[in-house]
Amino acid sequence: MMKQLAGNRNDSWVVIAGLIVAIVIFAYFSAGGNMGTFTITLLSGLLRAMLLFLVAAGLSLIFGLMGILNFAQGAYFMVGAYLAYDIQHPTSGVISLGQHIPNPELRFLVGIIVAIAVGGALGAILETVLLRPLYKRHLFQLVLTFGVSLIMLEGIKAVWSTTPYTWLENIGIQTQRFVIFGASFSYYRLFIIAMGVLLIIGVALLLRRTRIGIIIRAGVEDSEMVSALGINVRSVFTLVFTLGCAMAAFGGAVAAPFLGATIGMGNTFLLASIAVIVLGGLGSYEGTAVGSVIVGLAWATMEQFSIRPGVGSVWASITPMLLLALVLLLRPKGLFGEER
Amino acid sequence: MAANMMLEVDNIHTFIGQFHILEGVTVRVPPGSISVLLGRNGAGKTTTLRSIMGLNAPQQGTIRFDGRDITGKSAYAIARLGIGYVPEHRAVFKELSVRENLEIAARQRGDLDRTADMIFALFPDLKRFINLPGGNLSGGQQQMLAIARALVPDNRLLLIDEPSEGLAPVIIEQLVHAIRELAKEKTVLLVEQNFRVASKLADHYVIIDDGHTVEAGDMNYLIEDKALVQRYLGVS
Repeated sequence: MMKQLAGNRNDSWVVIAGLIVAIVIFAYFSAGGNMGTFTITLLSGLLRAMLLFLVAAGLSLIFGLMGILNFAQGAYFMVGAYLAYDIQHPTSGVISLGQHIPNPELRFLVGIIVAIAVGGALGAILETVLLRPLYKRHLFQLVLTFGVSLIMLEGIKAVWSTTPYTWLENIGIQTQRFVIFGASFSYYRLFIIAMGVLLIIGVALLLRRTRIGIIIRAGVEDSEMVSALGINVRSVFTLVFTLGCAMAAFGGAVAAPFLGATIGMGNTFLLASIAVIVLGGLGSYEGTAVGSVIVGLAWATMEQFSIRPGVGSVWASITPMLLLALVLLLRPKGLFGEER
Repeated sequence: MAANMMLEVDNIHTFIGQFHILEGVTVRVPPGSISVLLGRNGAGKTTTLRSIMGLNAPQQGTIRFDGRDITGKSAYAIARLGIGYVPEHRAVFKELSVRENLEIAARQRGDLDRTADMIFALFPDLKRFINLPGGNLSGGQQQMLAIARALVPDNRLLLIDEPSEGLAPVIIEQLVHAIRELAKEKTVLLVEQNFRVASKLADHYVIIDDGHTVEAGDMNYLIEDKALVQRYLGVS
């Protein structure tokens, strides 16, 4: 059995290595052999990967622990972006929460904190008030989270209208760029990549080294048994749901300076994140982290490739799903998935 | 009648979905004893343990632990009263190491430190494989881990479902010895399909048939009553 488990894991790493090598080679080809463009494509892919991870990690943990595919996860990402935008732009925002904060750096920080707090609070409300009565009725939960995502979307339209918002008030780090192989890249985006990596490590340490992490991992396997050990699993559900939604809102807030705040952004990241968690293996944190990197790199590479004449931009949009189909053909349970 | 009983299950009725699984099960477990639930496959033994544990709450009847009504309470609240549960098929956490499987069962800081020597004396293999994932252990070792997990906190009653299921005779002997040892300090309610194992271990028996309690008493009498054993358990 040990050999079989080790074998499965080794197979997964072979598939992962193969995919990443193929994507990197294709990225080089898409960049026309230009090292600057090639490097920027890879960095953009990593940036996309970190944003995907922020949405997908919550999605994966919530699904693993509670069996709920939270269709509202993308809406939390969008709420985070709108709140961060509004606070940063007190003159063009709607709520103008940031009008009493003259310092733009401080406004940006407050925007991120408010996005995390509102995302977490909305997540806690969704879990405790709406989802809790529907435990073990997964189809109802699915419909409910889909409904909540529509309500949040309509709520955003009602407050901010359907007009897309472009980030205008950049802070220092968002304007500074560095040059690599003749191409320039934003320090802010590099900072997001570094922060994403730290977050991947941080959440991994939380799951591996703390009691609550052990409880979450055990709950992903068998939440009933965790409860029979004397642990209030419902409070763990609420905690994970809150954290997952707060992470998605945080992702939206830090992405707003380069993605802006638009109505469709939530769904774009939700669909790609679903591809990530299925590709990585449902409920597997490791799979989600690796899946985010693979999908992020492939997505950015296809965006670069789509610039070529005659290649439609649609190829970039469908890349996550194409990749998902390819991986499921090779490994039907996903890269690190178990039978569920 | 049952003033000195540790556990009193009184005429419980439990449904799973639309199915009426328990239609009047009564079980009395005296403190310091090993009691066993016997019956054919599908009789309702596992559902009885799950009902006691709050995993399938009964819709009629009462369950009292140490005189306290626990009917309908949530599983975690029941566990915290001092009831350890070892489910059918072990349910060890396969991705967690042996150490983490034990740590998660602690209810208070220091629980594992306090009980580790006793656990490793009963199950030395667990000490050897302390850092190995639970899923990498053999079936017997997983059963030992599942029982050990119930020993980490200060549980007074252990509910153990089919401990010998699917295990080799030599492993079953080790488990019988371990359960006898731990019964010196704990009260045990077992579900056991293997009558030989049950007769070696138990002081008292309860026979459940088709969701009803049909017989209960001293195990020594049951061992002698071949007709009863044949009738309800199909063992001669």
